[in-house]
Amino acid sequence: MDPFLVARGVTKRFPGVVALDGVDFDLVPGETHALLGENGAGKSTLVKILSGVIRPDEGELLIDGGHVRLNPPSVARALGISTVYQELALVPDMTVMQNIFLGRESTATRLSFLDDASMRHETHRLLRLLAVDLDPDLPVRRLSLATRQVIEIVRALAWRSRALIMDEPTSSLSRHETEELFERIGRLKAEGVGIIYISHRLEEVDRLADRITVMRDGKVVATRARREASSTELIRLMVGREIADTFPRTERARGRELLRVQALCVPGRVRDVSFAVHAGEVLGIAGLVGAGRTEAMRALMGLEPGASGTITAGGRPARIVSPRDAIRERIGLVPEDRHGQGLVLDMSVQENVGLASLEACSRHGFLLRNRLAKLARRYINRLRIKVRNVDVRVSTLSGGNQQKVVLARALAAGSDVLLLDEPTRGIDVGTKYEIYELIDELAREGKGIVLVSSELPEVLGMADRVVVMREGQVSAVFERADATQEAVLAAALPIEAPAA
Amino acid sequence: MTTLVARARSGRPPALSWETAGLPLVVVVMAAIFALYAPNFWAVSNAANVARQVAVLGMIGAVQTAVIISGGIDLSVGSVLAVANVLMAMGLAQGNLLLGLLLALGSGLGFGLINGILIGRTRLAPFIVTLGMLSIGRGSALTITNGVPIFGLPESGFAWIGQGYLGPIPAPVIVAVATFSAIWVVLTRTRFGTALYAIGGNEQAAILAGINTARTKIAIYTLSGLTAALGGVILTARVNSGQPLLGQGLELDSVATVVIGGTYLFGGRGRLVGTIFGVMFVGILQNGLNLLGISTFVQQVVIGASIIVAVLLTVWRGRG
Repeated sequence: MDPFLVARGVTKRFPGVVALDGVDFDLVPGETHALLGENGAGKSTLVKILSGVIRPDEGELLIDGGHVRLNPPSVARALGISTVYQELALVPDMTVMQNIFLGRESTATRLSFLDDASMRHETHRLLRLLAVDLDPDLPVRRLSLATRQVIEIVRALAWRSRALIMDEPTSSLSRHETEELFERIGRLKAEGVGIIYISHRLEEVDRLADRITVMRDGKVVATRARREASSTELIRLMVGREIADTFPRTERARGRELLRVQALCVPGRVRDVSFAVHAGEVLGIAGLVGAGRTEAMRALMGLEPGASGTITAGGRPARIVSPRDAIRERIGLVPEDRHGQGLVLDMSVQENVGLASLEACSRHGFLLRNRLAKLARRYINRLRIKVRNVDVRVSTLSGGNQQKVVLARALAAGSDVLLLDEPTRGIDVGTKYEIYELIDELAREGKGIVLVSSELPEVLGMADRVVVMREGQVSAVFERADATQEAVLAAALPIEAPAA
Repeated sequence: MTTLVARARSGRPPALSWETAGLPLVVVVMAAIFALYAPNFWAVSNAANVARQVAVLGMIGAVQTAVIISGGIDLSVGSVLAVANVLMAMGLAQGNLLLGLLLALGSGLGFGLINGILIGRTRLAPFIVTLGMLSIGRGSALTITNGVPIFGLPESGFAWIGQGYLGPIPAPVIVAVATFSAIWVVLTRTRFGTALYAIGGNEQAAILAGINTARTKIAIYTLSGLTAALGGVILTARVNSGQPLLGQGLELDSVATVVIGGTYLFGGRGRLVGTIFGVMFVGILQNGLNLLGISTFVQQVVIGASIIVAVLLTVWRGRG
């Protein structure tokens, strides 16, 4: 079949750097074309060019064989290219329907009053097409991240798009939601929509993609049909080196108990959750998105006002009603939402690392800059954060290094128990591996680690014990030896309604 | 790519920026133009005059900078200043300087504390709280005086703080410089200042890092109220009366100096040095236009346009 979209010899330079270097890429109707590569490989630049956000310096773009200009994005969209952004771009206070039609509200023939009836009709049709059961009048604020993403896809359909660009669409989805997404992608393909799929997860790419293009250092390294490419080869192409073992896990001794949680409750979200974390241990917490894992972690940090339960930290009862209390009890959280809750993007790396240690780095309220810099440098080195100097703004770092900054902050504050909520979300393969290594190292040094992750292989690969949560409760606890993919998944999935 | 971008946007302020190069240049060019067309402009006495006129605005602008960096805004400064002014005048009228100072500064502290508690402990937006307090303060000043200015204050050494000089430098300017220095130290050298930037940059992250956001907010709004009251005290000495309508529009002028100075209106980014030039900009503009015989009505139009242009420049610099 003739390609719908072709990019030929596309080059894009930013001051002092070639972000894209003569890239060829094409998309055939009804195919899923995966784009693989580490952060900085040029994927996002290519996607920005294809979605019209930026213009290439050289090269040509063709749609149905004809030369086109895609910039600005409204042009790309009018030509049938839609994008589902990693940072979702919906208006929280508008309804599902309003969001779907945002920017192209159907107007009645007279005046520009919105034609509610026809928009509603169209919304229902599109939702049905993707097999989504959703009230078009719900405000988006009330919907889960997964549902919001579906709305973005519906929006693309509403634009009658022929190409859909999806950037890390499953990074915040549970396994179940991911399955649903894949099923919907199948339906889109059947409609003849071509999909450009960007992901760090090889198993997904392996399942979904018809073709795979691997990028590195601004160039296309290879384009393969799925059948021709093994995971090992893809990883080698991406990083330019072999990664032998996916999960580094050394032998560790389980030490004294660092944290015991009993009957933790967060009204409406978490019910009667109990577990303990020991020094030298990685405790995995598996479950679907919405199972209450994040809320449980937040409650341990004193961030959930209505929470109740007994917390014992280092053998003594702890009263935690604010993050200050938690930090005092040597508990640190690396939150799920790096930009929303983790980092102060306008601040330097040094300030971000030291943010939870300001009291230790000041005297009578005055900052001891040297002490702060020393502290920051120690943890930057220890976590191997790649940064030229500590005064660089944290927003200029790659996602993986930003994540390490949040982790460094918790360590610098003296945390013995680290609550890591989706620590590798949206991080490229190479850095992901480094994070795993760090988790292992920290556990070996006697930290207790709680690893919340929606990536089952990650939990199984890293954890010594696995707590599975379902609908706010602990549904099972497995020792490493018993934690098989099937068993954990069975404990995580919602219980079937009993037959009447 | 990362390293290049990193260098260009290093956390260390770049050598040339709007705050330290662009805006000062604008101020110099503007001064040159006024000097060309208004012969008196360049006189030393005029410079002292300009400085005296903007001293109170400068003090309040300095604290407003810190408030805005924390992601807030204090719209009540003009009204708090008026309350302090009439209370100070009442104290002086009784022949009791100390009582006047106590009442004036106490009222500023009180207004600021209430602002801070409402903003820090509830989810009320700073804009709303201080907008309400703007009205409450103005109404209080008018109620206390029954709407009638307080004249005929007895002669005393107190007038020095508004009218006097230390060498060639007007006394209010000394207070303003002291305020700027203090705020500069707070913003760049203290834990409190770092907390202000963190809260303005990302409040969720600040909370998670164990920063006491409520206490920090209470402190900065209290400081703002206190500074506004101090401004009221200085103005009492300058106008030698209690004027319940004093300081009207000061909230907007002070926000203008901050924004013209390149501070991001929604918090997290900004430098005090910008506000210094923002204050100079507003002061020289008003003075120059005065000397050219252009009415205060037109001046308002020019200042309004300057705010918009300044923010537009901020946006173009890719920071908005």
